[in-house]
Amino acid sequence: MESVLDVENLKTYFKTEYGLVKAVDGVSFNVNQGEIIGLVGESGCGKSVSILSVMQLIQTPGEIIDGKIILDGQDLRKYKYNSPEMRAIRGSKMTMIFQEPMTSLNPVLTICRQLTEALELHLDMDRQAARERAIELLRMVGVPDAPSRIDDYPHQFSGGMRQRVMIAMALSCNPKIIFADEPTTAVDVTTQAQLLELMKDLVTQHHASLVIVTHNLGVVARYAQRIYVMYAGRIIESGLSEDIFERPQHPYTVGLLHSVPKLGERHGARKLIPIEGLPPNLINMPPTCAFLPRCTYKVDRCEKEPWPVLRAVGGQHYIACYADIKGK
Amino acid sequence: MEAMNNDIMVEVKDLKMYFPITRGLLRKKIGDVKAVDEISFQIKKNETLGLVGESGCGKTTAGRCILRLYNPTSGSIIFNGEDISTMPERKLKERRSNMGVIFQDPFGSLNPRQSAGNIVGDPLKVHKMATGQELKNRVADLFKLVGLDTSMMDRVPHEFSGGQRQRIGVARALACSPSLVVCDEPISALDVSIQAQIINLLEDLQAKLGLTYLFIAHDLAVVQHISDRVAVMYLGRIMEITDSTELYENPMHPYTKALLSAIPIPDPKAERTRQRIVLRGEVPSPVMPPPGCHFHPRCSMAIADCSAARPPLRDVGNGHFVACIRV
Repeated sequence: MESVLDVENLKTYFKTEYGLVKAVDGVSFNVNQGEIIGLVGESGCGKSVSILSVMQLIQTPGEIIDGKIILDGQDLRKYKYNSPEMRAIRGSKMTMIFQEPMTSLNPVLTICRQLTEALELHLDMDRQAARERAIELLRMVGVPDAPSRIDDYPHQFSGGMRQRVMIAMALSCNPKIIFADEPTTAVDVTTQAQLLELMKDLVTQHHASLVIVTHNLGVVARYAQRIYVMYAGRIIESGLSEDIFERPQHPYTVGLLHSVPKLGERHGARKLIPIEGLPPNLINMPPTCAFLPRCTYKVDRCEKEPWPVLRAVGGQHYIACYADIKGK
Repeated sequence: MEAMNNDIMVEVKDLKMYFPITRGLLRKKIGDVKAVDEISFQIKKNETLGLVGESGCGKTTAGRCILRLYNPTSGSIIFNGEDISTMPERKLKERRSNMGVIFQDPFGSLNPRQSAGNIVGDPLKVHKMATGQELKNRVADLFKLVGLDTSMMDRVPHEFSGGQRQRIGVARALACSPSLVVCDEPISALDVSIQAQIINLLEDLQAKLGLTYLFIAHDLAVVQHISDRVAVMYLGRIMEITDSTELYENPMHPYTKALLSAIPIPDPKAERTRQRIVLRGEVPSPVMPPPGCHFHPRCSMAIADCSAARPPLRDVGNGHFVACIRV
């Protein structure tokens, strides 16, 4: 399969007055054409910063320190974040769907204006053609009565409808890859089901790749082919969806799966097993594994040696852990 | 039903909470937001009743009515044998010490300028239940009870993590030793790995102190885990109420079925094989709810009769109640 995006050893640090925050510390991942990828982790684990780094949307005091970002054969790190090359890629070849559709749509511009902006800019359409294409896009994402609603403002749309507009915007220039950052966190479950189904269908139709960034393991279970699990700025486990959910091997992933109640479990059948302790403070991190203080599987090596690198445990399944917890 | 039943802690009868919409200089009333539209249910002693539904379905409003944080439009709320829905404020205050509430947002619900110890001790002061050294001891006990270090009593909320802050919220809710605790989305704002800690804490406290919970949340998997019985709300009304295992194994209301099927489960094999009911359209406005059954415009089983009259919540056996004429 052809690789669309290759990220290698990406490091994005934030210089704050309290110290250096290594938000993303050596993350590597790749996305193949037509693939749906899940990037999972808790808040503050660096999943959004990874994506924003790829988009080159990191603002000061943040800075991409190191790493390779190859999109469709092009090395994006050659371009400055505000260079014409980068601006031509962002919004056309790679696009983004943000979590909060209310704050990411401009409240004083009509939906039409916001949808046509990218079309006029990237595809050189004239105003009339762009408007027609925008109506078509709205129809495609299931906004009823698109020709009249296109002149509405964002506040006249419901949360689910706004997110549909965001999806339309992301698809407008036939992108190679779409990043969806917690796309369904702000909406209800029944709307979430509608939106995920819609995104999957559209991405398949357009032969685009989709990266879903989420903290909800359930969301990626149905749609993602491969999953990356992040913790404290690094990828700690990756593999096919089946590997991660059926044979998780990193203590953190195992803990995460055990700590969520499963639908259909009898009331009182089992006590949840929480991951004790707290996610680490990213300032002044110890050289050892960041999960060590919360880990119940630790071995001697963990305390003495630096954070383990990813190692293969069969097929496409990788973990960053010294312990062997298979069968435990 | 009228006979005194000692097993019942709270009985809600035909509770209605309408919020008026006014317009113009004279604040003329032009309509109502029908947040809670004649709901009835009971909470038994020492049980957890889960209240689930999507945002705007009235679950939080229902919970706040039970605490009399709102004055209900009509209907009655019988708490420990007394109707509190129209009780005068002064008398109500005494009853309030018997109720606790845990809010969703552990950031917004704690005063940022007060120390954690003061926050937890405040209900005791308000109800004049303890002063001086006794108050301090009681607060220290509460800290230990919820798993917080007593050395942190003088710190202010921002020095705590989200999970710890929610523990402060739990300690405050338990300060006056209430029998009923309304938990309004207590874990939604927390990180996944921390949620289980709070769920377990709530379960342990219930076992230790014999608490009764009204657990309000939108996450059906969590609600099902913690609750004995679950009530499903949609647009101000209860659609189905039953035992939590029964709700999963034998959901009867079309809305419950859709809600269950929409919840993503972290198991790709099960996910790919199970049938998903994707609902059409969106939740209508509670200002102008559809006639008859509120769910009928989105229901795949709807017939003409569904829009004619409100379906009653009827007993289908074993304490399973459904408001649908098609099942």
